[in-house]
Amino acid sequence: MTADEIYNSLKAQFGDAIVEAKLDALQPWIVVDPNRTKEIALFLRDEPATQFDSMMCLSGVDYNGGKLGIVYHLFSMVHKHKIVLKAHCTKENPHIQSVSSVWGTANWHEREVFDMYGVVIDEHPDLRRILLPYDWEGHPLRKDYKVPEFYNGMKVPY
Amino acid sequence: MGLLDQRFENGNVFITSLENLLNWARLSSLYQMQFGLACCAIEMMAASASDFDIMRFGIIPRATPRQADVMFVAGTVTLKMASRIKRLYDQMAEPRYIISMGSCANCGGPYWEHGYHVLKGVDRVIPVDVFVPGCPPRPEALLEGIIKLQEKVRKESVVKKSA
Repeated sequence: MTADEIYNSLKAQFGDAIVEAKLDALQPWIVVDPNRTKEIALFLRDEPATQFDSMMCLSGVDYNGGKLGIVYHLFSMVHKHKIVLKAHCTKENPHIQSVSSVWGTANWHEREVFDMYGVVIDEHPDLRRILLPYDWEGHPLRKDYKVPEFYNGMKVPY
Repeated sequence: MGLLDQRFENGNVFITSLENLLNWARLSSLYQMQFGLACCAIEMMAASASDFDIMRFGIIPRATPRQADVMFVAGTVTLKMASRIKRLYDQMAEPRYIISMGSCANCGGPYWEHGYHVLKGVDRVIPVDVFVPGCPPRPEALLEGIIKLQEKVRKESVVKKSA
């Protein structure tokens, strides 16, 4: 399926949940409602025409200006086609629905996004920090993050 | 002047000072606490392998701090790992020595400015005897560091700890 066909089938199925799209990009992307990512992901995985059975990558992004997001790179082993999904949220209300029940590999990736960007992944089975220590304060890959002077009595800056 | 500077020809009797004997024993069997943290660990492993043969210096890798005399901190020390290093150092029996291997362990290396998670030098949590520079250092550089440490141990005094 081409990106246009995927977009049209998503639009027909979900309507308003498909916010925005850029289909002539090198990697065509579709922006979806952050509160409905799970059902959209499930549809893309189980629909015979799309069958996105592999999530290649899940990344967090800070777009600056108070906007955060997650980018999902999907691939179908059966049809050999790709698509990029995006879900955006704000720093005031950083909530995006989990897709770890759809692709198991999303579990740790979503924990990393929570760890680094502070995006709260709704319905995640085990939302804890994954890389940083549990007593760490703040989310270091946010653009407005300030490096702490001390951590547990150890000086951090050079 | 070496360890055995006075030698009685008959009867297998050697005379030396206790200090010399202790230092000689220590520097000839520095058991190593393995602490490979990043790419420096690969060079540390290469130093242990047959080409460089670290064992000819009496260094045997141990996986526990309780049997170790020297810790090679080989690699990037994150803040999360720093407290573990401190704890393992505390568990080592004295006399204990630290070799900091590579730029990351020495001063933070490439993470010196933007590494919010990296300790800028392992000497901020534990005392270091020898710094081995390099990114990563070649096994020869590590061997040089070991020889420097042995020189340091050779000059140690029973009454005054220098290393």
